[in-house]
Amino acid sequence: MTKDISIVIDGKNIKAQEGQSILEAARASGIDIPSLCYHPDVDNRSSCRLCLVEIKGRKGLQTACSTKVEEGMEIVSESDKINEARKANLELLFGEHRIECFDCVLQNSCRLKQLAARLKASMTKYPNRKTNYPTYQFGPALIFDSSKCIDCGNCIDVCKKQGVCFLEKQQKGDSFETMPSSNPKRDCIYCGQCLAHCPVGAFESVGEYEDIEKPFLLKDKTIIVQFAPAIRTSIGEEFGMMPGEVVTDKLVAAIRKLGVNKVFDVSVGADFTTMEEAEELVEKKKKGDTPCLSSCCPAWVKYVEFYHPEFVNHLATTRSPQVILGALIKTYFAKNEGIDPKNIVVISIMPCTAKKYEIEREELKIDGLKPVDFVLTTRELAMLFRRKGIDLKNIEPEPADDPLGIPSGAGVIYGATGGVAESALRTAFFKMTGENLVKLDLEAVRGMDEIKVAEIEVKGEKFRIAVVTGTGNAAKLLEELKQNPKAYDAIEVMACPGGCIGGGGQPLPNTPEKRKQRAEGLYQIDREKKLRLAHESPIIKKVYDEFLNNEEIRHKLCHTKYFKKNKEVNP
Amino acid sequence: MDIISKLKESNLLGRGGASFPTGLKWEAVKNEKAEKKYIICNGSEGEPGVFKDKHILENYPEEVVNGIKIALQEIDNSSAYIYLNKDYFQEFKDKLEKLIEDSKITVFEKYGGYLAGEETTVCNVIEGKEPESRFKPPYPFQIGLFGFPTLINNIETFYYVSRISKNEYKNTRFYSISGDVTKRGVFEFPLDLSLEQVLRQSNNYPDFDFFVQVGGGASGEILLPDELNQPLKGVGAIIVYDKSKTDLFELMKYWAEFFNKENCDRCTPCREGAFRLLEMAKTGKIDREKLDEILLVLGETSFCPLGRSMVAPFKSLIFKLILK
Repeated sequence: MTKDISIVIDGKNIKAQEGQSILEAARASGIDIPSLCYHPDVDNRSSCRLCLVEIKGRKGLQTACSTKVEEGMEIVSESDKINEARKANLELLFGEHRIECFDCVLQNSCRLKQLAARLKASMTKYPNRKTNYPTYQFGPALIFDSSKCIDCGNCIDVCKKQGVCFLEKQQKGDSFETMPSSNPKRDCIYCGQCLAHCPVGAFESVGEYEDIEKPFLLKDKTIIVQFAPAIRTSIGEEFGMMPGEVVTDKLVAAIRKLGVNKVFDVSVGADFTTMEEAEELVEKKKKGDTPCLSSCCPAWVKYVEFYHPEFVNHLATTRSPQVILGALIKTYFAKNEGIDPKNIVVISIMPCTAKKYEIEREELKIDGLKPVDFVLTTRELAMLFRRKGIDLKNIEPEPADDPLGIPSGAGVIYGATGGVAESALRTAFFKMTGENLVKLDLEAVRGMDEIKVAEIEVKGEKFRIAVVTGTGNAAKLLEELKQNPKAYDAIEVMACPGGCIGGGGQPLPNTPEKRKQRAEGLYQIDREKKLRLAHESPIIKKVYDEFLNNEEIRHKLCHTKYFKKNKEVNP
Repeated sequence: MDIISKLKESNLLGRGGASFPTGLKWEAVKNEKAEKKYIICNGSEGEPGVFKDKHILENYPEEVVNGIKIALQEIDNSSAYIYLNKDYFQEFKDKLEKLIEDSKITVFEKYGGYLAGEETTVCNVIEGKEPESRFKPPYPFQIGLFGFPTLINNIETFYYVSRISKNEYKNTRFYSISGDVTKRGVFEFPLDLSLEQVLRQSNNYPDFDFFVQVGGGASGEILLPDELNQPLKGVGAIIVYDKSKTDLFELMKYWAEFFNKENCDRCTPCREGAFRLLEMAKTGKIDREKLDEILLVLGETSFCPLGRSMVAPFKSLIFKLILK
């Protein structure tokens, strides 16, 4: 139980909770204390020194983010001195931030610019001292431009929280700089959480935004766009809509306006993944070969391959939804339509930076072709819409194309943590019993907790399931497995907080509040659908009947291999 | 009389620079409820012009160790560290360990730079963590080393604890005197001596036009000859500069380089402020608007004492001498 605490901010009596910071208490009461480096996901380093306040009885200015409320505390959040100090610190920060607004991932939500306007601060009082600082590329996924970095350390903290520790502070001359590690035991997993937690846009995904038009300009090709489950409740934010607002059909209409041939839904790919993963789970349980680790999240897969290769054999061999659907587009769909697969370009719209890496994995190729040719993030697609004058908010909705555009609800909830496990269990239960679960909503695996554990009984057999977000949390579970190898039958891991809805490719800022709303939107879609089970989808049945009807082709299109990996980035 | 009462009666103030009443600090640690407690004797001395702790270690190590042993007795379930910079560790480790005998005192070799002498950073370093300062509150007397209440006092403070316990304290302190002087060295003089008297009695009062830096060769304040009729506050160091031979911007540059190198780069005012002050020193031009803003944020918004300590030297040098 948290205790209520009374404080006074700017003469106003405010109820706060014990343990809350002044910043949190003020925001909860609608008092906007400016801040830059504060992010609820990371340990507070209180480095930017902008959330300054005066506290009666204390010397000097205090940072609201790091000061816990105390009973009777009297706080002033605005004064000439406070504003002067905020402005001075902000101007100093601009002195180490190379300004490149037109290409910035934060162009809709740049707090530096907002604060400069609010505090009437100069963005150019100090010449940028980092002009010649290097830009680093992390595989085909991420770019870190250190000439924009303001040294807050959020990326380092979040990378550490992921159990990755690839980003680190290193001493260069007289200063400490943020940079990728050259330690052979540390490597980027491409999750993009550094990007999602950088307050100043020093990170971007590869190609963002300079290459976003390229895939659509390929002449004489059949261009097919497939969009991920998590996009439909987040991309609206880029057009002034609420997080969690469902925009599936508007999104389809907007993509069509880009002049593409077909728009398919990766949630249909997810339905295939569900079918295969459920099968794997049932088989592994039968053979006593559990745990089965989920493998849809490429950052998690890379994490296992690099940091815990001893668990590689436990990863489900089922391919991820975008990869299965891409492969079906270039085989099943191409055959039906009489198109040479070489002339098909598949573009995925993903909430994710690691998906840019996933499509480069050689072993995923089908007959020499990459299942997916390009990945654009949610932000990149939004930028493309803006450039083309497409107003997502007001566009007339249109349904996605037949046949690979009509998913089950189970395929949609893939975008939230627990969604993969829930979908797979719905289908696994059917595979084992021949009946469907009476209650399809598996509340135990839903929600924003970082580690969720559930037990489900199927025909007298107990299935223990763990659902995890964050690879750092997953590491704890892997440790547990070393002690007790049969602790769980199935483990779903998503690298990003809240699952794909909190991915590195999603609209910024990426906050717990927004992630909750985005996830809620996905569950709402599932609730409202008649079709909520992958195995009941007519499209799934049809494709299995007509095309995936022999082991060889099913295996070729739907399964893959994993490898122990050596350091790939900054070796 | 118990030691805490004696310390209070003596009005002994911490000699590490912050001048916190030692008796109150001891009492605060003693009154905390915890299964164990730590005592740290801080011998990280690392600022230019400050070398009085070394003098004490050279001449009175038995008093220092005795002071720590008194703390061990006074504070239940405690163990202690003598935290020494690399040079002092090499030079005094063996000598100290002989004096420690079987007391629960460990001689610890510091890593990290100047900042690693700040009390919360000391805790991080002994714990093997990054040499970065911690949020305050909680203060080390509440949550210090390994999360336990911790008493941190300077070498000189422990020396005087020992003297006080034996009723031998005569209200003195140690002064490191250096710079353009003939008798560089450490002198023990009464606390209430004015700076001028300290210079005169040590035979160091210059016969040329000069100014002094008081309280450390980076963070100390600049005082002019007519400002020396006051006792020394903070850390006991006086550096004398021959005015005709001193390039003021070079001096400013020297400090700015020191702070740029020694700060942890965590908070904006200290990281960026030190950089911009260095820039000003290099160009030999003072931009008043920028200077005022930088001094404001250094003093009011720095994360730890290191940033705050930059205000006094730059402000006094620039306003008393450069812009004069």
